[in-house]
Amino acid sequence: MRYQYFPGCSLKGSGRAYEESFLAVFRALGVEVRELEDWNCCGATAYMSVDETKSYALAGRNLAIAARDRADVMAPCSACYLVLNKTMRGLGENPELKRKVTGALKAGGLDYREGVKVRHPLDVLVNDIGLDEIRKRVKKPLSGLKLASYYGCQIVRPFATFDDQDDPVTMDRLMQACGAECVDWPLKTHCCGGSLTGTLPDAGLRLAYIILNEAKKRGAAALVTPCPLCQFNLDAYQGQMAGKFGRPNMPVLYFTQLIGLAMGLDADELGIGRGIIPAQAALAGR
Amino acid sequence: MPKKDHKTNGLPRVGFYICHCGSNIAGTIDVAAVREYAAGLPGVAVARDYKYMCSDPGQELIASDIEKYGLERIVVSACSPNLHEETFRKAAAKGGLNPFRVQMVNIREHASWVHTDRASATEKAKDLARAAVARVVHHRALERKRVPVDPNVLVVGGGIAGIHAALTLANAGKKVTLVEKEATIGGHMALFDKTFPTLDCAACILTPKMSAVKAHPNIRLWTWSEVEKVEGYVGNYKVTVKRKPRYVNEDLCVGCMECIDACVYKEPKFHDKFNQGLGKRKPVYIDFPQATPKVVLVDPETCLQLKTGKCQKKCASVCDRNAFDFGQKERSEEIQVGSIVLATGFRTYDAKKDKQYGYGRYPGVYTALEVERLVNASGPTSGEIKLRDGREPKAVGIIHCVGSRDEKSNKWCSRVCCMYSLKLAHLIKEHSGAEVYNFYIDMRAPGKAYEEFYDKLLGEGVHFVRGRVAEVTDWAVSPEEEGKLVMRVEDTLAGIVRRIPVDMVVLSTGLEPQADAQEVRRRFNIGCGSEGFFQERHPKLAPVNTFTDGVYIAGACQGPRDIPDTVAQAGAAAAEALALIDAGHVELEPNTSAVAEAECSGCKTCVPLCPYGAVSFDEAKRKAAINEVLCKGCGVCAAACPSGSITQNLFGDDEIFSEIEGVLAK
Repeated sequence: MRYQYFPGCSLKGSGRAYEESFLAVFRALGVEVRELEDWNCCGATAYMSVDETKSYALAGRNLAIAARDRADVMAPCSACYLVLNKTMRGLGENPELKRKVTGALKAGGLDYREGVKVRHPLDVLVNDIGLDEIRKRVKKPLSGLKLASYYGCQIVRPFATFDDQDDPVTMDRLMQACGAECVDWPLKTHCCGGSLTGTLPDAGLRLAYIILNEAKKRGAAALVTPCPLCQFNLDAYQGQMAGKFGRPNMPVLYFTQLIGLAMGLDADELGIGRGIIPAQAALAGR
Repeated sequence: MPKKDHKTNGLPRVGFYICHCGSNIAGTIDVAAVREYAAGLPGVAVARDYKYMCSDPGQELIASDIEKYGLERIVVSACSPNLHEETFRKAAAKGGLNPFRVQMVNIREHASWVHTDRASATEKAKDLARAAVARVVHHRALERKRVPVDPNVLVVGGGIAGIHAALTLANAGKKVTLVEKEATIGGHMALFDKTFPTLDCAACILTPKMSAVKAHPNIRLWTWSEVEKVEGYVGNYKVTVKRKPRYVNEDLCVGCMECIDACVYKEPKFHDKFNQGLGKRKPVYIDFPQATPKVVLVDPETCLQLKTGKCQKKCASVCDRNAFDFGQKERSEEIQVGSIVLATGFRTYDAKKDKQYGYGRYPGVYTALEVERLVNASGPTSGEIKLRDGREPKAVGIIHCVGSRDEKSNKWCSRVCCMYSLKLAHLIKEHSGAEVYNFYIDMRAPGKAYEEFYDKLLGEGVHFVRGRVAEVTDWAVSPEEEGKLVMRVEDTLAGIVRRIPVDMVVLSTGLEPQADAQEVRRRFNIGCGSEGFFQERHPKLAPVNTFTDGVYIAGACQGPRDIPDTVAQAGAAAAEALALIDAGHVELEPNTSAVAEAECSGCKTCVPLCPYGAVSFDEAKRKAAINEVLCKGCGVCAAACPSGSITQNLFGDDEIFSEIEGVLAK
């Protein structure tokens, strides 16, 4: 089993713990993961509204590089995952746009071809590797750990390719396979605040607080997510929420960190200590 | 008849007629130019144009020209043969010409309606005219076969549509077999307490019709039965019906229900399908007290005797009619009928699919059909609105268009949900005094007295919020919301986002084709639209006919509709069947295939290809044989025959090749 890996900016920056844990888990599973050579910005949100064609070309460049290899591409960041998939669909549906983008890429010596598969590691873990295999690999089950699995929006909207748009369950199943308990809650795909935490903090912080507060109310000791922007919004702004709404004091972990822990990997190797809200108490004894 | 003149050069004399169709054709095609062009084609003795060829004077023109010019072939360049081929064949026959010596050219649907450029549309019309003239000279005189029509009718489905159709036919003196797959007739209507907009009691208007079916000397009622196989053709169908075992002799049981009381299960504990799972039943049961026929049945999945063979069989021992028969087996029966009315109904959208509304996750979320049972005086709560946990709701939200008008599920409007939601709002308020909220996209109340009913509800203090509910959630943001279901919705009239806490949510699920609609349509050899409802022959002019003669459709199997429309359609389907029966015979199209035995190599290629089972293999002669009566003229066998020994009337090689050569020649 072999995959290509598109990190995007987050996993090299604020979401470094995500990259560390993602790579560690796949290494431990014996799955080869190779970083895409000379990748560039995925073309996420802001570009799209400024110049659509250029943003498609930007994303298309990554796809053209990926097309040199037959292996599926994993994009752990939900925004990258969405933009790359959206680009493939957009170019497939709009021949004029495709002509422009492929022309531009050709000028740069690249050949855009259809058929690249961009997948989320959550999809790969559940559907390629399988829950049974994960269960077999669990050395230190997360028993007694109560989690709220929070998916965010981009992993299921607008394209729900491997899970339900309104009530996704794959991450819950994965966490259960690792021995954890998942609370039943209705905010799995509600807004984390997105870019509003930066542009309209009053609105953004409120949205993030709603998620954390509800998770806490349902008895979760930690929040688990597959998206670096969600993780950042929910983790990094808890101090600022404190003055306005209250301090949730809820650690926000990547699902790959928790799988890693269950597989017996070292907490440092998984970047557990990188969170702003410390996870030690929630993960006591692990 | 005038002699063949030099003009036709020994060819049969052709009359060419081009129709203006008002401006439908003449608006795009230069009709006069096509007429002049056709007049010069080989064999054409006369060419005319006329404003409406299908009108009486238009037809008269053809009939009188046949006499006047000694015409032997007719070409009419007009609309689709689906619409008027029969008209012009009749006109030719009136003039003394064999009707199959007529050829139509479709320059409306195939040219004027689909092109905007006048010059090229006119050229296309000329090309098609040339092809038709070249083809028609090869048309042979053909005769239609007449076959008698069996006056017996099969009605499939015992909902209000099937009941009404069966009674109409039976009252006209025809023998009807009504086949219903459930244990009782009544269909969805039997589940309802009241009907909109009159709020009259559904049972009071339905059950008398149910018992009339049972009592009618001309109706044979087969419930707990399904049609397995249909063979034959219009007027002469052979139908095989599967009769499922009830484990109770239907002729002996009088429906006293003492067996149910006596059952070794003291309390009912099994899923009660009739009550949408809100009630429980025993292994021996009857759907409801007015079930027709009033006969109990035993469920083999839950009955101890049938599961294990070890039971005291108290049910059987209390039965003084000795009606129990645990050895009953499924059996098949064959019947002969001349026509079939399909009234197989609908199913409701599976509310679990719309995860955002929490059906199956939150016990306070109900489907509308469940609520129909809750408000029903003979339902599991005797008409009291009680939640699954026993509480009485203080606030109820009704979500319209669940599984209707939705890109993600079904795009169509289910037509009845606005009205039944209003009815349920009224009944819930009346039975429980709860605050009731309706969440709608548009209110659709287009039937007789429907808008007035909506108006009445507005005056009853029911709340209306225009907006598609985003989600039903147990996420509370205030003390008033704790323990409630919160409905989040954009109120598009007020321009605000609302959170409305309620105790009960009702999902007004839309109407869908039955799960087995595709199987059923294949069994009866009819079509389905893209959404899966049975396809009518013409949406306006033949709404209860199908493309298979002698098979009619009525009710919601053809598309969502309410009770008045369903009953009207059932009456129409019965009338169509009666028209067929009273004609006494049908004329079969002569466009059938035939085998030239001398050339048939007996390879059997054609035998399995025929969709109508018309081709068989004569083992003695080692040749294929085609039953002219079963053949529908699809041409598959003729096209597939490797030796070219199968030919088809009206589609002979000479006819088709001349047409192709005609269209290609310039």
